[in-house]
Amino acid sequence: MSATGIGAPVRRIEDYRFLTGRGTYTDDLNQPNQAHAYILRSPHPHARIKGIKTAKAAKAKGVIAVLTGADVVKDDLGGLPCGWQVTDRHGKPMVEPPHPILVSDIARHVGDQVAVVIAETHQQARDAAELIEVDYQVLPSATSTAAAAKKGAALVWDQAPNNLCYDWILGDEQAANAAFAKAKHVAKVDIVNNRLIPNAMEPRAAVGVYDAAKDHYTLHTTSQNPHVIRLLMAAYVLKLPEHKVRVNAPDVGGAFGSKIFHYAEEAIVTWAAKKVRRPVRWTAERSESFMSDAHGRDHVTHAELAIDANGKFLAMKVYTIANMGAYLSTFAPCVPTYLYALLLAGTYTTPTIFCEVKAVFTNTVPVDAYRGAGRPEATYVVERIVDEAAKVTGIDAAEIRRRNFIPRDAFPYQTPVVVQYDSGDYQSTLDMALKQSDYAGFEKRRAESAKKGKLRGIGLSTYIEACGIAPSAVVGSVGARAGLYESALIRVHPTGSVTVLTGSHSHGQGHETTFAQLVSERMGVELKNIEVVHGDTDKIPFGMGTYGSRSLAVGGSAMVKAMDKIIAKGKKIAAHLLEAAEADIEFKDGTFSVAGTDKKKALAEIAGAAYVPHNYPINELEPGLEEQAFYDPSNFTFPGGCHVAEIEIDRDTGVVQLVNFVAVDDVGRVINPMIVEGQVHGGVAQGLGQALLEGCVYDADGQLITGSYMDYTMPRADHLPTLKVSTHNTLCTHNPLGVKGVGEVGAIGSPAAIMNAVHNALAPLGVREIQMPATPERVWRAIHGARRAAE
Amino acid sequence: MDMSGEYRIEASRDAVWRALNDPKVLKQSIPGCDELDKTSDTEFTAKVTAKVGPVKAKFGGKVTLNDLDPPNGYRIVGEGQGGVAGFAKGSAEVKLTADGDATILHYDVKAAVGGKLAQIGSRLIGATAKKMADDFFTRFSKLVEKGA
Repeated sequence: MSATGIGAPVRRIEDYRFLTGRGTYTDDLNQPNQAHAYILRSPHPHARIKGIKTAKAAKAKGVIAVLTGADVVKDDLGGLPCGWQVTDRHGKPMVEPPHPILVSDIARHVGDQVAVVIAETHQQARDAAELIEVDYQVLPSATSTAAAAKKGAALVWDQAPNNLCYDWILGDEQAANAAFAKAKHVAKVDIVNNRLIPNAMEPRAAVGVYDAAKDHYTLHTTSQNPHVIRLLMAAYVLKLPEHKVRVNAPDVGGAFGSKIFHYAEEAIVTWAAKKVRRPVRWTAERSESFMSDAHGRDHVTHAELAIDANGKFLAMKVYTIANMGAYLSTFAPCVPTYLYALLLAGTYTTPTIFCEVKAVFTNTVPVDAYRGAGRPEATYVVERIVDEAAKVTGIDAAEIRRRNFIPRDAFPYQTPVVVQYDSGDYQSTLDMALKQSDYAGFEKRRAESAKKGKLRGIGLSTYIEACGIAPSAVVGSVGARAGLYESALIRVHPTGSVTVLTGSHSHGQGHETTFAQLVSERMGVELKNIEVVHGDTDKIPFGMGTYGSRSLAVGGSAMVKAMDKIIAKGKKIAAHLLEAAEADIEFKDGTFSVAGTDKKKALAEIAGAAYVPHNYPINELEPGLEEQAFYDPSNFTFPGGCHVAEIEIDRDTGVVQLVNFVAVDDVGRVINPMIVEGQVHGGVAQGLGQALLEGCVYDADGQLITGSYMDYTMPRADHLPTLKVSTHNTLCTHNPLGVKGVGEVGAIGSPAAIMNAVHNALAPLGVREIQMPATPERVWRAIHGARRAAE
Repeated sequence: MDMSGEYRIEASRDAVWRALNDPKVLKQSIPGCDELDKTSDTEFTAKVTAKVGPVKAKFGGKVTLNDLDPPNGYRIVGEGQGGVAGFAKGSAEVKLTADGDATILHYDVKAAVGGKLAQIGSRLIGATAKKMADDFFTRFSKLVEKGA
């Protein structure tokens, strides 16, 4: 390992500009003669728009234009498309309602876009929006996930009876029932995967520019996948040819999935820029983000696990209702199906699994992928029910996991839920985590806490996830309307420095460092001579972007393919220059040499010869040294591991404090251990947020009442102890780097570990199920409810 | 959000009842009321500036008087649009009973807010509504007692 190559804890190259305030974010991209957009949003969860009077707003100071749903209809714009079609249990496609960028008839959630004002300043646009008179006829609304499909619930869409988007199953319920009939024990859980609001540090923003001279559009936007946005916006919404549209996603300040999706505001500013012949910009206010960014999770689940006399799992049945919100966001339908049910085997040999998912529409903000997307929900179901299994069988929580683990030597392992795991070592990650957390000494610590009047609990989560998303043909066969390969273009310049153009997008992950290390290692080029470029569709090859912990496993593999092409071409050039056979040329540490001789040429010399081809095999070889590659993975990757959480509860206040947290993750080959550790830290903080703090609440009238930081609690530094993070890695067997991915593991594994610890602490009081977020109020009520029941 | 309260007003029930139907008295009593115009015997249009926590908004809306039962009471219903701040709506059952020369005014209020007001101010709406009701009836009592 070199000091900067694979495995080196190189400091993040991009942090210099971020920490010195020199990042360039969408909101920084001021345009000459720009105008400002303000979006008027529905204050009602469900209301018919009987009329909109815009005349006063249009005459207000500084106003350039006021646009409504009628203009969208007049201009024949399309709606926001959905990128995944789930087929239900009867073979019918899901109900897929329209998703207009400005509603013209009915607003379907608080925050739905009703009109846009374009003005000289943001304040003028905002003030003018006050003058728009909308005549709303308020309609009954449905917001509860659990109640949306019940009789009497208000209908969000006429075409979706019982508010059902789809009723989907995986597996054979009869076979599962047969296994349950033979069970010695049955564990049951009823759990809620709480609805989360993403809250990236940088709010969403979009700047639309129209160049009339070239009839060309540019959209600068806060996106994780600029080419996907260009495709969806150009082809489906604005109906423009893609070569006339550039999408640029510059520095993006956090996303966590919420910036994958194509949002109305992106199309609105691009459309409006041509209408007013001026650049149009929009940046979400924080309270606007709360009611317009796609939310995450929001499942209600009943699950049962059949267990034999030896504590072996026989079968599992899972019944989930998943909230889609009012419209289908870009990837929403796949989250509670293919990113959820396929993970229900966990790290265990459970032979039979049945899963039913009913996706429902409600009068709420659309719900879509959020860090982990489906996999935290699945992990929570599996790891909670395994703990419940430990309880009903009287077997220790670590021991029952050990008895049911997929053995080390069983890989590749075909699960009963479609996917095949390529590698893993769950015993070792468990053993390491138990040792590091002093699991054996827990009862002593519990007794010490009890002396202080505190309840102490310990919890495990031996999770798995599927990432490195995804084999195109596989996802295509189950409804994806996109391929999920990645692109890379490696450009070796005439003097030997390298530009790496990638379809992946970095919004906090440190790609500019990780990718540079990867290229440095393979090409023998110093880090300072490598630049990673991403985000601009005018520069990079068509790429699918960053989500599902795919950037290194898929994007990095594309780079390897491109570098292999460069090296192969370099060998041909070297063979010519060194007058040797191509087969005798070796490439190592940036140098081409003739095997067994001291004859060699540096990469820079080869590049020089390629761009100044005076002495060059010009008849067989093109000049230049740049290569492009697309990599389509042959399988998902399967990071996994063990998280151990230890918590203390104050009986009087119900406050849960995480006092110890150990993560031993298997993320495949590590390129930069410091970045891996940072990713786990951030993920665990978000997992703690879900477990203890964050919960989106709509009141009975359909109003979003957790719409600011006064009511929606984000994790802070003092919520977290020093995390003990390490890895025990097995290599992915099907990508050239052996990497698996680390972006989501922290958020996937940790909520179950923390909540198992909370349950462990409260179990002696007789508390059975407490839902996330385990806020002080909920915990206090559980403690005192149990006390009253006992009296 | 529901709340109720009672006030003792040193005036006859008839005087209180008249004041309850007098737009001039109502306008002076409603906190932040910029305009109140009678459009029929039981309908008014109103413009009110109100602040809920950090959200300040001008509400434009309609007020109607229902279930009139002179001089025993009525139900007053209002609904206002606050532009980008959202909306507020509410109703109050007002009952008057004589207590010697004075009158006991009892009210039951139901109120709801939506949009940004609910998003940011839901936790504060109870306190705000209580304060507005207190302000209203304090001013109203004074005006009636002065014989306005």
